Amino acid sequence: MNKPQTNSITRRRLLGSAAVLLGAAAFAPKAAFAADKIKVAGIYTVPVEQQWVSRIHKAAETAQARGDIEYTFTENVSNTDYARVMREYAESGNTLIIGEVFGAEQEAREVAADYPNVAFLMGSSFKQDAALPNFSVFDNYIQDAAYLSGIIAGAMTKSGNIGMVGGFPIPEVNRLMHAFMAGAAEMNPDIKFQVSFIGSWFDPPKAKETAFAMIENGADLLYAERFGVSDAAQEKGVLAIGNVIDTQADYPETVVASAIWHFEPTLDAAIAAVQAGNFTADDYGKYSFMAEGGSSLAPLGAFEGKVPEAAMKLVMEKEAAIKDGSFSVTINDEEPKSS
Amino acid sequence: MDILDILISASFWTAAIRIASPLIFAALGELICERAGVLNLGIEGIMVVGAFAGWLTVYLGGGLWFGVAVAMLSGMAFGLLHATLTVPFGLSQHVVGLGITLLATSLTYYCYRLALPSVTSPPKIEAFQPYEVPFLSDIPLIGEAVFSQTPLTYLAFVLAVVVSITLYRTPLGLAVRAAGENPAAVAAQGLSVTGIRMGAVMVGSGLMAVGGAFLTMSAFNSFFFEMVNGRGWICIALVVFGSWKPGKTLLGAVLFAAFDALQIRVQQTPLGADIPYQIFLMAPYILSILALVIMSRRAQVPAALMVPFNKGER
Repeated sequence: MNKPQTNSITRRRLLGSAAVLLGAAAFAPKAAFAADKIKVAGIYTVPVEQQWVSRIHKAAETAQARGDIEYTFTENVSNTDYARVMREYAESGNTLIIGEVFGAEQEAREVAADYPNVAFLMGSSFKQDAALPNFSVFDNYIQDAAYLSGIIAGAMTKSGNIGMVGGFPIPEVNRLMHAFMAGAAEMNPDIKFQVSFIGSWFDPPKAKETAFAMIENGADLLYAERFGVSDAAQEKGVLAIGNVIDTQADYPETVVASAIWHFEPTLDAAIAAVQAGNFTADDYGKYSFMAEGGSSLAPLGAFEGKVPEAAMKLVMEKEAAIKDGSFSVTINDEEPKSS
Repeated sequence: MDILDILISASFWTAAIRIASPLIFAALGELICERAGVLNLGIEGIMVVGAFAGWLTVYLGGGLWFGVAVAMLSGMAFGLLHATLTVPFGLSQHVVGLGITLLATSLTYYCYRLALPSVTSPPKIEAFQPYEVPFLSDIPLIGEAVFSQTPLTYLAFVLAVVVSITLYRTPLGLAVRAAGENPAAVAAQGLSVTGIRMGAVMVGSGLMAVGGAFLTMSAFNSFFFEMVNGRGWICIALVVFGSWKPGKTLLGAVLFAAFDALQIRVQQTPLGADIPYQIFLMAPYILSILALVIMSRRAQVPAALMVPFNKGER
C-alpha cells in the first residue's frame, strides 16, 4: 500500500535534490540543501506492526516530525518484489532508502549498484562492501540489552529452566539469544535452556504451542522472541522476557523486562551522512549498541522491587561497564542449541 | 522426557486436538466442495478472510459467536464468487481457486489497513476460553485431552458427524455426492447441478472461514497477516488422505496435528540436540505424505471432480 507524497516539488527542492543526486558536494548549493529536508523511503517485507520493523518506522516518523526528513513507506512487500519497489523509490527522487534485505540480499545490492547517487541503508545479515559505496548495512545489535535482560531472567527463574522460541536462526536472532543466555548464566551457571525455532516469523498459534510444550517440560520463564510466547506464559502463569519492544503493558503480570531496540541513532547517523554528502558503505550495526543509545533495558514497571537486589546490582554494574567500554558482550551468531 | 512419556501425557493430546481443530473445519469445507465436484483452491485465502472477519467483529464489539457467524458469511461470499466462476461459467478450477486465494489475502490486508490505519501492535480480543465438559472431563487422559477444549473445538467434532450423516443419510447428501460423481444423472432427476454445486461450494467456503477464525478467536486472540501459514494447503491433502470421507479426514487432521505436537516436544529431548530443527519442522509433512501414499491407494476420487457440467450437453 503506497502512501502518496503530499508535497509539491518546488524549484528549490528540485535543485537541492539534483545536487544531492549529483553528489556535488563541492558546489555552492551545499549549504542550502544541507538544511533542507531529505526524502527518505522505507520498504518493509512485513506490516509496520511487526516488532522489528516497528522500531525503524517509529524512528523515521520521529525524524519526520522533527522536520529532518520527508518520509514515505511501503509495507508488506514480498521478497520477490523487493527489488522492483527499491527501483521505484530510487527513480522517484528519494535520497535515502531504508529497509530490510534479509530475503533479497543479492538483488538489493544489484539495484543499489544501478543507482550510485541514492543512499541505501538496509538491514542485512551480511557486511558492507567498499566496492558498493552507496549501500550500508545495519541490524539490531542489541546484545547489550539482551544480556542485561538475561541477568534478570537468571535471577527470576526458580526451576532453572528457561524456554526460548525463535522464528529462524538468523544472525540477529542468534546473537540476542546467546547474549541472553550468557546473562542468565551470570546468575546461575546451571540453567537449562530449551531452544526451538518455528520456521516462520508470523505464526503466533504455533509459537504459542511451542511455548506450551516448553512449559510442560519444566520452563518457568520464556524468552519471547515471537508474538504468541508471552500469551502462553500468561495463560500458564509463568514469566517472560520481551525482545525489541516493551510488551509489559499487554502482559503486566508476565513480562518482567524487555531488551529494547532504538533505531533512532542509526537513522540519525545516516541522515547526517546524507546531508553532509559523505554517505559511504559502512556497518551501522554499531549504532544499536547500548553505548550509542541504540538499545536499552525497559523499565521494570510492574516488576519494580520484585527482582532480587543482587541481580539488579549486577545489571547496574554491567550497564555502566558496557557504557564506559570496559565490558563488551560477546557477539555470537551461531545457531543456539538446547542444553 | 522420552517419546513414550510424551505420547501418554494428556497435555500432548490436548495440544494435538487443539492444533487439529482449524484443520478439521477447513478440511470438512474442502471435502463438501470436492464431493460436489469442485476443487476449491481458494481455501488458503478464505481462511485468512475468516480469521480477519471473525476477529474484527469481536474487536468492534460483537459477541464471539456472532464473530464466528460473520466469518462464515464472509467465507460464503468468497465461495459464491468462486462458484459463480467455476460452476455456471465452467472456468479452470485451479486458476480461479488460486486467484481467489490471492484476492482474498490481499483484500483482507487492505481492509485491515482501512480499519486500523496506525496501530503499534495488532489489538487483542477476549477469545474463546477452554470449557470443561462436566463429568466427561474427569475421565483420565481422554477427559483432559478431549473435553477441556474451547467450544469451537467441540463444534468441529460435532460438525464432522453432521457432515457425515448429511452426506450419507439424507437426500440432500445424495444429491451433493451425485453432483460430484455423475452430474448428468442429477440433471435427469430434474435437480439443478449448478444450484447444488454452488450451494456446496458456498457452505464449504463458510466452513473454511470458520477454520481460519479458530486461529484468531480460539488458538490466539489477535490477527496477523500471514498467520494461516499454509494450513489451507494441508487441508487439501487431508481430504485426499481421508479419501473424501469425513471420518477419515478428521482422523487425518488429528494425526497430522499429533505429529506436529510431537515434533515440538521431541525437539527438547536429547534427540533434539543432534538433529537440526528443520528436520523436526518437516516431520509432520513427511509423515503425512507417507500416510497419504498408503491411505490413498484405495481412495475413490469423485468421478466428476473438476469436470464442469453444461446442462443439455452430451
